[in-house]
Amino acid sequence: MSLLVDDLKVYYRTLAGDVHALDGVTFAVADGEIMGLAGESGCGKSTLGNSLIRFDTRMRYIDGHVTLDGVELPVWDTVGMNEFRFDKVSIVPQYAMSALNPTRKIGAMTEDLLRARGVSARQAFPELRRRLDLVGLSDDVLEMFPLELSGGMKQRTVMVISTLLNPSLLIADEITSALDVSTQKAVSETLVGFRDRGFVKSMIVITHDLAILYQIADTILVMYAGQLAEKASGETIISSPRHPYTRLLISSLPEVGVRYTDTKLTGIPGTPPGLLHPPEGCRFRDRCPLASAKCLKEPPFVEVESDHYVACWEDTSWDS
Amino acid sequence: MSSSVPTAPLASPADPSQVEEPPIAAPTSGLHETLHFALRNKKLVFGLSMTSALLLFAIVGPFIAQHGPLAYTGKLSLAPTTKGGFWFGTTLLGQDVFSQFVTGLRLAFIVGVLGGGIAAIIGMVIGFTAGYRSGIVDEGLNMLTNVVLVIPTFALLLVIAAYLQVRGIMMEAVFIGITSWPWAARALRAQTFSLVSRDFVDMARLSGRSSRQIIFQEIAPNMSSYLFMMFILLFGGAILIAATLDFIGLGPSNTISLGMMMQLSVQNAALQLHLWWWFLPPGLAIMALVGSLYVMNVGLDEVFNPKLREL
Amino acid sequence: MGRYFLRKLVIYAVTFVVAVTIDWAIPHLMPGNPVLTLVGRIQIQDPRVAQALYHHYMRAFNLDLPIWKQYWYFWVSLFHGDLGTSILQFPTPVMTIIVHALPYTLALLVPAIVLSWYAGNKFGALAARRPVLDNSLLPFGYTLTATPYMWLGILLVWVLAVTWHLFPVGFAYDPTAQRAFTWPFISSLAYHWFLPFLSLFLVSFGGWAIGMRNMIIYELESDYAHYLEALGAPQRLIRRYAFRNAMLPQITGLALALGAIIGGALVTEIVFSYPGLGYQIYRAITNEDYFVIQGIFLFIIIGVLIANFIVDIVYLIVDPRTRIGMEGGR
Repeated sequence: MSLLVDDLKVYYRTLAGDVHALDGVTFAVADGEIMGLAGESGCGKSTLGNSLIRFDTRMRYIDGHVTLDGVELPVWDTVGMNEFRFDKVSIVPQYAMSALNPTRKIGAMTEDLLRARGVSARQAFPELRRRLDLVGLSDDVLEMFPLELSGGMKQRTVMVISTLLNPSLLIADEITSALDVSTQKAVSETLVGFRDRGFVKSMIVITHDLAILYQIADTILVMYAGQLAEKASGETIISSPRHPYTRLLISSLPEVGVRYTDTKLTGIPGTPPGLLHPPEGCRFRDRCPLASAKCLKEPPFVEVESDHYVACWEDTSWDS
Repeated sequence: MSSSVPTAPLASPADPSQVEEPPIAAPTSGLHETLHFALRNKKLVFGLSMTSALLLFAIVGPFIAQHGPLAYTGKLSLAPTTKGGFWFGTTLLGQDVFSQFVTGLRLAFIVGVLGGGIAAIIGMVIGFTAGYRSGIVDEGLNMLTNVVLVIPTFALLLVIAAYLQVRGIMMEAVFIGITSWPWAARALRAQTFSLVSRDFVDMARLSGRSSRQIIFQEIAPNMSSYLFMMFILLFGGAILIAATLDFIGLGPSNTISLGMMMQLSVQNAALQLHLWWWFLPPGLAIMALVGSLYVMNVGLDEVFNPKLREL
Repeated sequence: MGRYFLRKLVIYAVTFVVAVTIDWAIPHLMPGNPVLTLVGRIQIQDPRVAQALYHHYMRAFNLDLPIWKQYWYFWVSLFHGDLGTSILQFPTPVMTIIVHALPYTLALLVPAIVLSWYAGNKFGALAARRPVLDNSLLPFGYTLTATPYMWLGILLVWVLAVTWHLFPVGFAYDPTAQRAFTWPFISSLAYHWFLPFLSLFLVSFGGWAIGMRNMIIYELESDYAHYLEALGAPQRLIRRYAFRNAMLPQITGLALALGAIIGGALVTEIVFSYPGLGYQIYRAITNEDYFVIQGIFLFIIIGVLIANFIVDIVYLIVDPRTRIGMEGGR
């Protein structure tokens, strides 16, 4: 097993109290697996991604364990995590466009970073240049300032830098959200290419865009209101989802080639619950068409068929 | 921009840098929430109380003073005492320091509010117009701002005030106002830029609202908190500039101000004579007032900018 | 890059012209015949001197000429270095007074600006990462920056000079000392210089420290800092980057703050009777010595413009973004 997350709980501190952003998630990502992490804004996917590498100042670790390649990651300890960062777990952040120091040449910054991490620039730079070439950037990039690059170029640069030390786990946080469709395709394919070439072992791709995930992800993990809803292979999630939330999500996607003159494009009515005082039991029950009295008790995230996990009373195989 | 207190580089170089990139103070979700944070912010509470206390003193003081500020009482160089109401003692020439002090304090408030207010208004008009209408208007206003910015306005004030025979507090305030606005204009222009390019303005435009409506209903509420903070800094800065001008001898005629008290005390060798009650209180008052204004400003920044709020 | 400098030069040129024009225009805007008022106010006993003065002024003001010619001649004399003659110290030319006073003012200003900027920035950066230091620096810094320059000078004189006799009360050097390049004279100069310098230094220091502290905190919260943290970079690397980036606005801030610290130097000189430009201008104001006032004002303008220009050059060298922006990125 490459990554094992066990009952991870991370809350956000606010003056009004703790926001239960991530409330007990358990899942695993295998070696070589690209797992998509999907859900609407505020569901906790970014919190999950970030808690695996760097805690924001407002995030507070509550409980749970994270194990990568058999070693426990001390996610609550920012100093302790340093030896794992970049080397074992790395991230392409949401703010990749502004992630580079504007007053330092890219090559110089990378060299500073490598040297500070105890990696010889002389050894690493040839590989760096090779990889830049791979993503379609010329060597000259290293001599430029971030200001001289376009947004797409900056993002690709960050992708190369983040994966330079061949981490076991790469977290890609909303990296396609700000891009146009064709660039999205290019970037997604680059990600897969990284995995195929062995630059990264496994990946968690965070996005709200299921279409992208369908293209590149082996498995998709759907989150709702700080908890896990469903996990299955990409194909299964799209074609035969079982959790009511996932099913509504899929059905609310516009289909290419279909004209919506007669049917209205429906979203899912209602809004996710506030996480300051999360509701008892299943958090989707207020919006779920299948809700019943059972749902007042929190459904466990169980494997209903091979490699397919769902958290829903209606769909566990208790009665089958 | 966190902790970006855009302090005035007028009388002291505190944070002139922040002028370039102001914070985007997002509108809070209601007056109630703002008030809640406001009352909890120690810096704001401290600054506000101190300023209010001084204001109260300035208002009430002249009424309880037992002598006129310029009156010669015949009791020379008296140390502070309760007899005769000379709570702050008297000057070398026999004038009541307490009375002078409260008069000066009042003038400080007046010059601060007026001078700061005028500078804020000019800065807002120019900065906002430049930010909202780019192009030639922006270029022109920019040039104007740069020129006024570079001119050492203090020296300019010196020259202007030196030529005037009779000087009033209003004049002083107006002069300070019309020379201190450039950095405020710059900061407000930058803030306007960032607001204008924000989505909600585009939305308003798309929905067909007129320019005027957009300005007043969308942009102004966001700017108002920032503008208020600017005003506070200009207020403090004006007080310092006025005190310096007064000290050089360019203060208002026929009255006494804090800066003038310091000037007279130095001229009359109060330092050598150890008449500390004459030269200490005026400077102390300015330091307390301007200091509490600056601290209040930091507090306000934290209240208006949710990202800065400490948990 | 050429465009950048051209633009700046244009602004400075315009500013200079505006300032000189204002300087020239003010006496003309005053009601009445300025010359008569001036001479009358001086109340010189010796009628010969009064006469000479009157004629001098008439010529100086060129009041017999049309306005535009007067303006023109003002500029001409300016370029000849003729700033008029002092009334109080008649017949000393204003230029002479300025040249004698300038070194003293520069001796206060330059070290005070440079050291307070440097020390303030270092301290501010330190405070940004040590909360204990921060808690004591912040109120101290705000107090200092809210202190009027002359009051701190007064305080220092009273406590250290008058009461404790640790330093001299004022003036540039011991009046009995011989003016020569000897050690006793130089040490006397330094001894008298210290308190006014300290006064200027402290107030400015407060401002820079607070500014830098806030800038560093801002930089430490930036995206690039977070990214480096996420990649496991040690704090010292991030702090180094944050410091360098925070310095940039502090450099522009220097240009903005010049006006304020010059005002501060002027009043500090008054408190210490230190014979720089401030002291001269004070005497000039008290004695209505207008030419001196005008002359010193012009000098200050020139100084500020030069200083601004230097800061612009330094900023260009230090911030790669401005350079690249001008050469046109690729």
